[in-house]
Amino acid sequence: MTTPSQTVGPYLGIGLPWPDGPDVVPEGTPGRIRIHGRVLDGAGQPVPDALVETWQADPEGRFDSGFRGFGRCPTDDAGEWEIFTLKPGALGDGQAPHIDVSVFARGLLNRCVTRIYFADADNAGDPVLESVPAERRATLLAEPGPDGYRFDVRLQGEGETVFFKL
Amino acid sequence: MTFRDDSASHPPLDYPAYKSTALRHPKEPLVLLPQRLTELTGPVLGDGRLGPLDHDLTRQHEGEPIGQRIIVHGHVREDDGRPVPDTLVEIWQANAGGRYRHRWDNWPSPVDPNFSGVGRCLTDKDGYFRFVTIKPGIYPWGNHPNAWRPAHIHFSLFGRAFTQRLVTQMYFPDDPLFFQDPMWNSVHDRDPKAAQRMVCAFDYGATEEQWALAFRWDIVLRGEDATPMET
Repeated sequence: MTTPSQTVGPYLGIGLPWPDGPDVVPEGTPGRIRIHGRVLDGAGQPVPDALVETWQADPEGRFDSGFRGFGRCPTDDAGEWEIFTLKPGALGDGQAPHIDVSVFARGLLNRCVTRIYFADADNAGDPVLESVPAERRATLLAEPGPDGYRFDVRLQGEGETVFFKL
Repeated sequence: MTFRDDSASHPPLDYPAYKSTALRHPKEPLVLLPQRLTELTGPVLGDGRLGPLDHDLTRQHEGEPIGQRIIVHGHVREDDGRPVPDTLVEIWQANAGGRYRHRWDNWPSPVDPNFSGVGRCLTDKDGYFRFVTIKPGIYPWGNHPNAWRPAHIHFSLFGRAFTQRLVTQMYFPDDPLFFQDPMWNSVHDRDPKAAQRMVCAFDYGATEEQWALAFRWDIVLRGEDATPMET
């Protein structure tokens, strides 16, 4: 029987952030992209005590190449987070390029799991997206913009992000 | 290979007694994510991420922190007993007076200049971890009238796959404040035995004479589904 989950609480900021947490790849890496967004609560207010973690394949769709693949960023007072990474490749199993995401926060007794897809990629036929009600799929799409790809996490309420049971 | 469903072990996201859940728990049903390669792999973290004293929270400053010196040790295993070697374990906690070294924590108990309250280590080949720290104090919070958090240490674990990621809290035996703590009760309401899995055991055998008391806590991550039997 597994050990139960508990919330990270409000003081995760002393323990979990790393100086290079958002840098899945270092500055200057060719092809480096920024993915950023806000974590918002059911009232549309920013969540300033959340942590976003990401896990993904390398650009060739591999997990065994030594690519760190992992990003971690606490939200700031405006609920903003960011990571710097390379676009994941397709895995070759019919899934479109994606990044798995864990969201931790005060008030979350367990993590919330979601996925980032890319709005400017060909996501046709992705089995996970197809399992999500069509009207909610857009919550999983990171939109390209001048400051990088934007991916907001809405924990509750209108436009609630799709969260997964693993 | 996939990992066995363990959702019965965990607290619900919607738990009104813990007020901060009200606006933060998703209301839409969760969508089942079948475990594929992304979920069955995980980051390899450690090398270069650890300093030599990261596991000893009593030796990270010039002086020693105030408080009861304790050893917290145990094994990280999967629920079939298989050890989880070389996995990063991260902890953070309040000081002996129940104060976190965080800009938002301003309850009137002193910050200890010799205590950051943050530790990291890697499990060894047998899944064993060991920290030296001081016993965290109890502190009040605003969730309900006269609310106090039982003494606890926050733990973060990765395991070997995204699916196994776990953040939890370790409690101490027989804490008199469990009954009024919504985080404890979020597990205890549904399964008192599951709540006990968050409690360490006093470990007299591992105390260091004239130096430190010891507590043992074994952490269990999701294990693999049993191989289907051939019929």
